[in-house]
Amino acid sequence: MSSPRTITCQELTEVLTDYLEGVMPLEERAAFEAHLAICDGCVHYVTQMRQTIASARALQPEHVEATAPDDLLEAFRAWQRGDPVPEP
Amino acid sequence: MRSDEETLAALRRGDERVFVELVEQHHALMLRVASRYVRNPAVAEEVVQETWLGVLNGLRRFEGRASLKTWIFRILTNRAITRAQREGRAVPFSSLGDPGPDEPAVDPDRFRPEGDRWPGGWKCFPDPLPEDRLLERETLALIDSAIAELPDRQHLVITMRDVEGWSADEVCHALRISEANQRVLLHRARSKVRRCLEAYLDPAPALT
Repeated sequence: MSSPRTITCQELTEVLTDYLEGVMPLEERAAFEAHLAICDGCVHYVTQMRQTIASARALQPEHVEATAPDDLLEAFRAWQRGDPVPEP
Repeated sequence: MRSDEETLAALRRGDERVFVELVEQHHALMLRVASRYVRNPAVAEEVVQETWLGVLNGLRRFEGRASLKTWIFRILTNRAITRAQREGRAVPFSSLGDPGPDEPAVDPDRFRPEGDRWPGGWKCFPDPLPEDRLLERETLALIDSAIAELPDRQHLVITMRDVEGWSADEVCHALRISEANQRVLLHRARSKVRRCLEAYLDPAPALT
């Protein structure tokens, strides 16, 4: 019987995104989770990464107040009438 | 939030308010994407403007296989690439599949060396970041600037995925990159932002 795969802390930090994205193959995921079960340092590392993602999400997606410039609205009206929309 | 079907129906009815909302909803991100292809802000504005004209021209043929959003951004990247090439600029996503040189997620010095009893293990465990400081204005400003300083492709992927909340599929389609490539870029971007965040909120472990 072959021994189960194991990974180091350093390796874990390199495959974390695969894990979080849900694309890790089953066997690798088992090794990943087995490592987490015994390593507080890596549990904290994963927590840090989740915190990083959550904070990025808390940035306000940019929104612009400006209304569509007149020529864009003009183009929309032309399109609506079935006229060709001039493109450069 | 309106569904794509509702938006399309409203546009076909000639609802200008819906059109203006659509433009406003995407304008900032479109400009940000365009600026990573063509450096000149005025040219980026033009690319966005041209994109909307292209969107109008293509709208009646839009089949809804992709979402309206990713379809619009695909037109955008198409225009931006053409424009950048015309101006002789290197285009961030033109070399398909190459995510650039390898870079470690964590400083290798933080791990025990070969020959140690636990090679590749932490020398000193990281701690969870202080939850109460994560959403402070200064912290968010730091994250914002860390993201802004990322290389173009990493910048675009993390902005679309984590800040704007797009799915991996949507980003791949809009930016014309493979899933694997998207993941590598996301990994590097997130790892770098995490490093900045840790250095700011918990500077001790990095020093040991």
